[in-house]
Amino acid sequence: MASPAIVLPEHCSEEKLSGIWSWITTVDHKRIGVMYGVSALSFFVLGGVEALAIRTQLAMPNQSIVGAHFYNSLVTMHATTMIFLMVMPLSAAFFNYMVPLMIGARDVAFPRLNAFSFWTFLFGGLFINSSFFFGEAPAAGWFGYANLTSIQYSPGPGVDFWALGLQTLGVASLAAGFNFIATILNMRAPGMSLMRMPVFVWMTLVVQFLVILSFPMITVALILLTFDRMFGTNFYVPEAGGDPLLWQHLFWLFGHPEVYILILPAMGIVSEVLPVFARKPLFGAPFVIFSGILIGFVGFGVWSHHMFTTGLGPVADTAFSLATMLIAIPTGVKIFNWLATIWGGSIRFTTAMLFALGFISMFTIGGLSGVMHASPPIDLHHQDSYFVVAHFHYVLYGGAILGLFSGIYYWFPKITGKLMDESWGKVHFWSSLVGLNVTFFPMHFLGMQGMPRRVYTYEGGFGWDIWNLCATVGAFMLALSALIFFINLLKSLANGEQAGNDPWDGATLEWTLTSPPPVHNFDLMPKVTSERPFWDQKYGSTHGHDDTTEVAEEEQLPAEIHIHMPPASYWPMVVSFGVITFFAGLMIHPVVSVVGALTVIVGTVAWTFEPE
Amino acid sequence: MSSDHSAVSVHEHPPPSFGVPNLKLAFWLFLASDCMLFGSLIATYLSYRGKDQLFGNGPYPLDLFSVEVTTISTFDLLMSSVTMVLAVAAIQRGNMFQTRLWLGLTALLGAIFVGFQGYEFTHFYLEGLKLQGNLFGSTFYVLTGFHGTHVTLGVVWLLLVLATTFTKHKNMVTHLNVEVAGLYWHFVDIVWIVIFTLVYLMEYTV
Repeated sequence: MASPAIVLPEHCSEEKLSGIWSWITTVDHKRIGVMYGVSALSFFVLGGVEALAIRTQLAMPNQSIVGAHFYNSLVTMHATTMIFLMVMPLSAAFFNYMVPLMIGARDVAFPRLNAFSFWTFLFGGLFINSSFFFGEAPAAGWFGYANLTSIQYSPGPGVDFWALGLQTLGVASLAAGFNFIATILNMRAPGMSLMRMPVFVWMTLVVQFLVILSFPMITVALILLTFDRMFGTNFYVPEAGGDPLLWQHLFWLFGHPEVYILILPAMGIVSEVLPVFARKPLFGAPFVIFSGILIGFVGFGVWSHHMFTTGLGPVADTAFSLATMLIAIPTGVKIFNWLATIWGGSIRFTTAMLFALGFISMFTIGGLSGVMHASPPIDLHHQDSYFVVAHFHYVLYGGAILGLFSGIYYWFPKITGKLMDESWGKVHFWSSLVGLNVTFFPMHFLGMQGMPRRVYTYEGGFGWDIWNLCATVGAFMLALSALIFFINLLKSLANGEQAGNDPWDGATLEWTLTSPPPVHNFDLMPKVTSERPFWDQKYGSTHGHDDTTEVAEEEQLPAEIHIHMPPASYWPMVVSFGVITFFAGLMIHPVVSVVGALTVIVGTVAWTFEPE
Repeated sequence: MSSDHSAVSVHEHPPPSFGVPNLKLAFWLFLASDCMLFGSLIATYLSYRGKDQLFGNGPYPLDLFSVEVTTISTFDLLMSSVTMVLAVAAIQRGNMFQTRLWLGLTALLGAIFVGFQGYEFTHFYLEGLKLQGNLFGSTFYVLTGFHGTHVTLGVVWLLLVLATTFTKHKNMVTHLNVEVAGLYWHFVDIVWIVIFTLVYLMEYTV
């Protein structure tokens, strides 16, 4: 039976798809994914430079390479950049590029809304960073505790840039959340029941639910802060009866689910990579999925473990301590399932696999220190010390970042059609692994020796000097490893080996397509008969028997298939521009905000009436 | 209004795997997140309730509230939900005249509610309740202000839908679209019932 000819609309021609305007108006999930990835990696460099500045200042006691206030800005911006402008967007790059491919769809549910999310994120990130040029970068920490953030104690514009920038980023994330949940629930290929979805898609789904249910709390926290700073309200002003703890509760009600938002995508990536390079299906996939769901769910019940030292009382402390320790259970289940996946497998130590294995070991170390802080009496000593800094860098660098690098090496061939260089990749891996341990392991000692967080310098003679110097050396090793990565990335893009459709012998649907995939993704809708649909196509049914959902005869296909792809549009960027103008106007002049709001309304109406 | 873009062998719009059209599903998700937003604002209000009394910093709720007036505005908003339901039923039957009638009435009743809110804010302000003055001022104006903004945006939305039925785009006003507008409207109404109970009525218990 001859394959039908695919007829694409005129706006999908080569000519229409080249040039900057085609990227500005794109609604293609693959292009949007690439833009998120490029942006995230750029912000990674920025956040890394901030880290190097911090570590240089702390390399030896009593230095004044940077002043105290600027140091606070560095710490605030390093964290804000890495969390909101690097890890989340890099995860979003993979959600965007891979989820539609993995479920057999041509795009997401709302392609223009998808573009809107990207531009809003970009404008938000640029807005926060513009603070360096407009008077003062925020300096109250990424967690912005009240009432340090009040007008009285933070009179400059920094906190306003931070609050309004985060609101903008929140809008972007919420829109993406609605989009991806609708996509995953509604647009799966026939035969792909929820339990046959790849684990990466499941983790994406859980993360989007965390986003839509937790971001509103920080939205409100920031609204109350902005009203205090700009309109003189007293939400966080103790003299007028306000309670700074209100901020902490609202912030951490968001902040704790946020850390699961940061780690679950990387866990999803690892769940895809390990089976491919161990040539064995993921062990206990349903348990890995349910553990992810449990982590997300229980993650809403532990926020006050960030507040053990605020005097909540023994009942609250106990409840949150127990819930926090309970989360270790589904986390452990995942780790054991990953280990069982590789046990007895035929392992290929590709760079992607090395990063996934690195994730398991490093995240476990971070998880162990986390469980220690779950005990309030122990946390009394850990709180605000370098022990906590060690913990979260192990889970964020050793966990999220290593997992995301695994995803880059795994999916780079699909996205670009070229393989990344494996030798440089291995150097990148080993220098990252050694670098992160040299940087962050000594911070456990510093914490136990009593070094507080967020100090721009320290006196010598406490025994901290050697470990600080060690951490700084490690930070420069990480910088070198990042340089190696970027060189590899550019080199491979320029003249990497051709990848072909399926360089890794994968099991999921994205590997059935060309590398890179055509603009319309799939010619014909794939029919799915197990959780490893491509494996089935290549090697016969996964479950060793004919699934009754298998199609018996060939469907009668027409000679030509006309595929409708959504046309490009500039309205998403216009509405994004309206959003950032609205928020920026609150710092400039009310008329600017009004213009921004009108742009949003008019832009939305125009978007609605645009032909699809 | 939204196209389904799954890969298809021949059919452009296969049924959604979850059984609920994309637009409606995404809108329910938006409402879930808006619930968390109002939940946080209400929790803030409740956590500060009564604190001004400790500081001797008035005016206080019972000095200002007129439960009779607010009952009328609440009833008005409730009735607007009835007219919204009638609008959805009308478009379901394909009756364009009635769709326009009920949409218009819903928008009118919504605008009347916003008018009552404006009257109340002005009255409270003149009686000395400022945004900045005490915690009751801050929490009350922010909570009910955000709700009022939601109602206003809803009225604008309904009027836009109504206006569209008079243009060449009238076919874009489908049952699904009016239903989604209805979901928003009912949500805004339910949030008001919660606010009315916890902010106003609760002041009249012991």
